[in-house]
Parts: sequence; C-alpha cells; structure tokens
Amino acid sequence: MASVDTSLHFDVEKIRADFPILKRKVNDKPLVYFDNAATSQTPQQVIDVIVDYYSRYNANIHRGVHALSQEATDAYEQARIKIQKHFNIPNAYQTLFTSGTTHGINMVASGFASILEAGDEVIVSALEHHSNIVPWQMLCEKTGAQLKVIPMLENGTLDMQAFDRLLSEKTKLVFVNHVSNALGTVNPIEELISKTHNVGGAVLVDGAQAAPHIKADLQALDVDFYVVSAHKMCGPTGVGMLYGKEEWLTKLPPYQGGGEMIDQVTFEKTTYAGLPHKFEAGTPNICGGIAFGAALDYMNAIGFDQIAEYEHELLEYATSRLKAIDGLRIYGDIPNKTAVISFNIKGVHPYDMGTILDKLGIAVRTGHHCAQPIMDFYKIPGTVRASFAFYNTKDEIDTLIAGVERARNMLV
Amino acid sequence: MKSIPEIQQEIVEEFEMFDDWMQRYEYMIELGKSLPLIDEKYKTDEYIIKGCQSKVWVHADLNEDKIEFTADSDAIITKGIIAILIRSFSGQPPQEILDADTSFIDKIGLKEHLSPTRANGLVSMIKQIKLYAVAYKAKAENS
Ligand SMILES: Cc1ncc(COP(=O)(O)O)c(C=O)c1O
Repeated sequence: MASVDTSLHFDVEKIRADFPILKRKVNDKPLVYFDNAATSQTPQQVIDVIVDYYSRYNANIHRGVHALSQEATDAYEQARIKIQKHFNIPNAYQTLFTSGTTHGINMVASGFASILEAGDEVIVSALEHHSNIVPWQMLCEKTGAQLKVIPMLENGTLDMQAFDRLLSEKTKLVFVNHVSNALGTVNPIEELISKTHNVGGAVLVDGAQAAPHIKADLQALDVDFYVVSAHKMCGPTGVGMLYGKEEWLTKLPPYQGGGEMIDQVTFEKTTYAGLPHKFEAGTPNICGGIAFGAALDYMNAIGFDQIAEYEHELLEYATSRLKAIDGLRIYGDIPNKTAVISFNIKGVHPYDMGTILDKLGIAVRTGHHCAQPIMDFYKIPGTVRASFAFYNTKDEIDTLIAGVERARNMLV
Repeated sequence: MKSIPEIQQEIVEEFEMFDDWMQRYEYMIELGKSLPLIDEKYKTDEYIIKGCQSKVWVHADLNEDKIEFTADSDAIITKGIIAILIRSFSGQPPQEILDADTSFIDKIGLKEHLSPTRANGLVSMIKQIKLYAVAYKAKAENS
C-alpha cells in the first residue's frame, strides 16, 4: 500500500474530513470517487453556506427594499467579486452568472448570430465537449458561416500546424477548451489566442475542466470569453460564470428577455439594463452563486499551486501503475495534462469495466464523455475515465488498480 | 414447451445458487459468451437499439407462430443480460411475449440494470422485443 502524502502544506486526511460524502459506502464498499471531471464533491464549508442561505436570508435579489433581499443581494454580489478576483477579471460587471458552461457558450453563440455573416469562418477544436460544438453548429446554420475543425494528433494534442493553415482574415471566432474533458490535455490557449487576435478574430475558451486545477488569469491570457461551471470546482450544480471583454459584452445583444435585464419597458420599446444585468434576465440561482463564491474561498485557502502539485503526484502514480497492467492503453498520455486518465483494456468494453468497478464502490465515467469526435478518432466506442481531485489518495488509486485487475480477469 | 414464467423461474433458481454479485456476474458473462450470434447482416444501424452506451442489435423472425430472437452486443455484460432475455422470450408466441413481465430481472439481483436511466438500454431492449411481438401479432391477424 502506498503511504499517505504528508507534505507540510498538504494534509489530505484533514481535507477529506471536510467532505462528508467521502465517508459513504457504495455496494458495501467505501466509496472511491474518481468521477471528479464530471462533478466534484462539496465540502462541508460550502454545504453550510447553502444551508445558511435557506435558513436565514432566502429572498429575491436586486428588487426588495427589505432586509432579507438586501442581505441576499449583498451576498450574491460579493460572490461575483470573489469570482472576479479569482480569475483576475477587470470589473465585476464582466463577471456574468450563468447556469453553467453550456449556458455561457450558448449566450455567446446566440449573440454572434447577429454579428456573423455568410462567408465568415469559425474554428472549433477536435477535442471539444459537445457543449462547445453544437451551439456553434447551430450558429453556422443560422448565419451561413463555415465551421472548421483543428484536427487532433494521436497523442491527444491539437495539430497546431493545421490550426495555422485554417486561420485567415475570414476567421471571426475560435472556440477551444482550456483542458479536454475526455483526455485531460492542456491546450496551448495562449498561442491560440494570440494567433487568432493577429487575424482579428475572437476566442472563447471553455474553462470547465481547467478551472478545478488551474487558476487562470483572464487578463493576462487576453482571452475574449471564458466559461466555467461551479459544480466542477467544489460548488453546486446549475451555476457558472461567463467572462467577456467589455467591448464584446457591450456589442452582443441580450440572450434572454425578462425581468432584471431591462432599463425601461414600454410596449413601444424596451431599453436594456447595463452590464451585467443585460445578460442576467430572471431570478438567478442566488444560493448557487453565493455557494460558488464559498467554493472558491475553500479552494483558494488550500491553494491552487498545492492542489496542482498534489494532483500531479496522484496522476503520475496512477499512470505508472495503470501502465503496468497487461493490455491497458492510456489515451493522451502526455506530460502537460490535468489529473485525468482515459484508458481501455484490450478486449474489454468500457461499459463492462465501469459496471464491475461500480460493484467495487469505484466511481469512474465510461462512454464517449460527450466528446464523440475524439472516440471516432481513436475508433473506439468510449473509454474508462478516472479523474482525480485533491481529496483523493494513493490508497484509493491502489483500490482502483486492484479493481481494474479484477475486472480484467473476469472480462477477458 | 415451457412457458415464459416457467423459464423465468428456472433462471431465478439458477441465480439463487450464487452467494455474491461476483459469481452472478461471472455467470452472466458466461451466458453472454454463449449467446447464439446474430447473423452479421443484421448487425447494422437498422437493428441497433438507441440509447445504449454499449451497442445492442436485436433481430426477430417468425417461425410458424413463434418469434425467434437473435441479438448481440459489443459489451459482454450487456450480452449476458440479452442472453437471459432471449432465453426467456425466444420461441414464444407473440401474445405470451406481450403478456410477460420482467420482474425476474429484479429477483436475480440485476435490478440496477433495469433502471430506465441506466445507459445500458435494457429497458429499450425489452421495449424492442415487445414491439416485435406487436408487429408479428398484427401481421398474423391480418394474414
Ligand atoms: C470541457 C467541458 N465543457 C463543457 C461542459 C458542460 O458543462 P455543464 O454541463 O456544467 O454546462 C463540460 C462538462 O462536462 C466539460 O467538461
């Protein structure tokens, strides 16, 4: 058995004590949760914030003059500022609350429907989640713009030479993930952004998989749009953030009409409210937004550098142990990746592997991970994906290895 | 010929011999491996059941007044489940298939596979088997 990491800065046992769900049993076995890339777990500190909101100051925001409404509004706006600071966003009003990454992407894609014209080109990468493909396909159908794809290479990285060839003055938008959810590849977004800007295009980066591991400085990146989901970084589901450069947020039309997003409404004409309200129609996920802020506080208190270092240690350990298993192939086995391992064993369907692992209390994801083009590239029906978080341990990886070996013996 | 409830009872009794899930799954994997293979020409998108993480193909032929099912899957556990279903339904008249219930799956400790939200398509598989029965029944009544 591997020993628990006892480095000075990082006490994983202390961290684990913050997560009540980690004490659970599944199929009479202690839960080993390795599906963090789909949704991360929630620490007590964040659960407390959610309970406190509903117990003490649940009210609609930005509208009431009463005390509860004011408290809720303040907490929500403070959360926005926490998110703004975390991502080094210039202004709070460029930090838009969304229901998640998918929502953020759709807001931008639908805004570009009034900007793009036939003959324009938009570029997507082959490593995208369906959330970052389908809205753009819909946009292209609507506008007559052309969708181009940056191909991937066998090692799970993007073919950047092909990207150079795709770029031209026709390129209006490039959308790419910071980290691939299916493989964990960290994409060279700095290069993608600067090259796209050189031809006058804008870039949307899907940060859903990067945000739990990498603290992105959005001003330094000079990215035009960045989207994340709270539920992948210790926050609740159904809330996320869209960052946009001010010029873009001013230029794009609102996504939805409704309350909160207006300045004046008459039946002749409505004028829209300023940022961020223009993009925040209706009652938002107030509690979720506040809890998102608390989740960032929690992760920052541990420290993203510490998190990244520890997760990398887990990744290296798991990679070397998995590779020792006969017939096992890791997809995207490259140095620059987050703590995600996508693999298959020769002759074993990922669904079968996932089913046996579940029986052993080990939660992994199986299937195409909403990234069908990657599976088509490798000509496989899917993979088994184990994704680690800073509250996982080497002991749990040992359990996974034993589980994979047991499943292999049953299935091959 | 045994009726569907009789066959299902037989399967339940076989599974009762095992003490734990490991043995049940190992048996299911064995059953999967022994599944009579579907004719390759039916392993096309036309016969595929949608909504499965694993691919499942089902084909049915009417033989006299009984329906013969063949099926396949690319995942072995799914194949085992299909083998159990086929053993229970194949060679039976359409009406018997339509009347049959599938609660025996629960009794053999595979309840989790019956959840409609599970991505293995067992529920769609049963639906497809019943649809074949409806179609062949209608055909028999019209001819
Ligand atoms: C890279 C990537 N993009 C987008 C999404 C969609 O996120 P959400 O479902 O929170 O909108 C995910 C989630 O799986 C993802 O991993």
